[in-house]
Amino acid sequence: MTPAAVPPAPVTPASPETGTASPADGAPALHAAALALGDDALVLSHRLGEWAGHAPVLEEEVALANIALDLLGQARVLLSLVDDEDELAYLREERAFRNLQLVEQPNGDFAQTIARQLYFSVYQNLLYGQLADTESPLAPLAAKAGKEVAYHQDHAEQWTIRLGDGTAESHERMERGLDALWRFTGEMFQPVPGLDLDWQALREQWTARVTEVLEKATLGVPEGPQSGAWAAGAGREGLHTESFGRMLAEMQHLHRSHPGASW
Amino acid sequence: MSSSTEWPLWEVFVRSRRGLSHTHAGSLHAPDAEMALRNARDLYTRRNEGVSIWVVPSAEITASSPDEKDSFFEPAADKPYRHPTFYDIPEGVKHL
Amino acid sequence: MATAHQPPSTAPHHTAAGAADTAALESAFDAAVAADERIEPRDWMPDAYRATLVRQMAQHAHSEIIGMQPEANWITRAPSLRRKAILMAKVQDEAGHGLYLYSAAETLGASRDDLLDKLHSGRQKYSSIFNYPTLTWADVGAIGWLVDGAAITNQVPLCRCSYGPYARAMVRVCKEESFHQRQGYELLLALSRGTPAQHAMAQDAVDRWWWPSLMMFGPPDAESSHSEQSMTWKIKRHSNDELRQRFVDICVPQAESLGLTLPDPDLRWNDERGHHDFGAIDWSEFWAVLKGNGPCNEQRITQRRRAHEEGAWVREAATAYAAKSAARTAKATKSAKSAKNSEREEATA
Repeated sequence: MTPAAVPPAPVTPASPETGTASPADGAPALHAAALALGDDALVLSHRLGEWAGHAPVLEEEVALANIALDLLGQARVLLSLVDDEDELAYLREERAFRNLQLVEQPNGDFAQTIARQLYFSVYQNLLYGQLADTESPLAPLAAKAGKEVAYHQDHAEQWTIRLGDGTAESHERMERGLDALWRFTGEMFQPVPGLDLDWQALREQWTARVTEVLEKATLGVPEGPQSGAWAAGAGREGLHTESFGRMLAEMQHLHRSHPGASW
Repeated sequence: MSSSTEWPLWEVFVRSRRGLSHTHAGSLHAPDAEMALRNARDLYTRRNEGVSIWVVPSAEITASSPDEKDSFFEPAADKPYRHPTFYDIPEGVKHL
Repeated sequence: MATAHQPPSTAPHHTAAGAADTAALESAFDAAVAADERIEPRDWMPDAYRATLVRQMAQHAHSEIIGMQPEANWITRAPSLRRKAILMAKVQDEAGHGLYLYSAAETLGASRDDLLDKLHSGRQKYSSIFNYPTLTWADVGAIGWLVDGAAITNQVPLCRCSYGPYARAMVRVCKEESFHQRQGYELLLALSRGTPAQHAMAQDAVDRWWWPSLMMFGPPDAESSHSEQSMTWKIKRHSNDELRQRFVDICVPQAESLGLTLPDPDLRWNDERGHHDFGAIDWSEFWAVLKGNGPCNEQRITQRRRAHEEGAWVREAATAYAAKSAARTAKATKSAKSAKNSEREEATA
């Protein structure tokens, strides 16, 4: 197969005929869902991995790595439902990735990383919560990952509150991080094919929770649109931001330099 | 600018499984109790080592002094009648 | 009254106790060490013992956190998701191990910030091995196999070190590190048995890491400045040369199983000694790297210092928040109390 040539849209399973792990029913839609959620986890894990050796304090090195490892574990399970995890991670090109643009945004400072964590973990926790209660073959995974994600959300909220209500500098940085990423949040509520969820409720609960946390952190909810002019839902359709290509170049170069090798 | 921003030290106690008491696992730095608990979870239970955690500010622990070792602990050494092996029981007596 | 971590602030021999008492304390200390008992933080100990331990534990902790860098260098490029997870977990362990060891040093009254200052300003060292670069993916394997292998050879005896908190930290470290060496070996094995390009990558890494790994045991016994005293104090239990020999003997058959060669033409089994003979180590390289002229000394410290400095505002923010919320709690308690008091006053009025 030539995974690099997977067309950007619509989402098709990378290789239905070899789909060893794919459940029998509704495979294409299920694959699309697994790919979307798997790519979110894979890409965010990679970004968090970039913190290794750079965290503000040793205790936080350990915390960030824990979150990155949880996410990588989720990604591996989800991608393996679709096809070989490494072929999907290392041999697809940018336009074939289905992750949210939010998770691919560069780390920025610690505040921006925490803002990204807050937006995403609240979303992921709500999404997995709903998914766990469905008949979807992904439900058991959602139930297990839900526990990890609840902790990620707690980590993000604790830090949002401390940075927001800490010093003038941390308040300002946190505000800047939240503002910078706000326009990537609308995309999260675009329905994902294969996930039979109440997206409206998801949006409402997300907004309520984020508002509550930001208030506690003495921060305002960012104003402005939650998506770019032409790009609502773009990440899910294979449209990404410029930094993502560089991220993939770094992630994939070694694997691609040795075609067919095993590691 | 070192010690002005250094977070206080906390002692971490972990219950490794239900039915056992909390045991001292080590220490860490954290700005407050909530973060200390979370840091302890990340650091001392990442290999499934615990089901419950206590954190205590190191400065809040009162310790006996090695200088008082003799007066504290030696008096207990010559009271063997506190131990069951002190007593002679005829052979064959059961459930004692 | 004293806290668990507070060292005896006025050591008896500085106070009224006098010289005779000091002698008694010293011989009690010597006897405890000789009897393989553990020394605990608040026990009396010679100043030099305390200083040696703080220095050694700090250096050990510094090595763990600087040691994160050469491997973290490959996290974002790991060639499979399985390898990526392993590497992330390993680098995370190193942060954890640094943390355990700083904690152990703190039991003797050192502060972590102060030790970090000493690292950042070059007043305290870390293991020179981390001043070598990781140029290819195979270097991650070579570090696991050889560098962690050498570290384990050094560290296992430290689990019986006379100082209790250090020994306990090392028990935890050794337990957790047992996977580090194995993953490195497995990584190299996959490369060695892989494509010709992968095999060459593995051999090249072993060629570059072998000699620096042998240097990790420190200078030859004859030139080692701290060895003898540390042996008497049971901080150290085997000499540098003894451990180095043990490591070489372990590695030779492992290299054979890997299908890789060790870059030493003089390496051969000596039946008479029951050990492998090996070639002369280039100690001038060791001293040059130690003095700051290794390929990465500057880079490692710069990155470490930058992470610390760029994190200052985060640490300050959390401290400020903790103070604010403590003040809020105090205020809430106070107003609750005064509300209660005024209720009581009203009731008695």
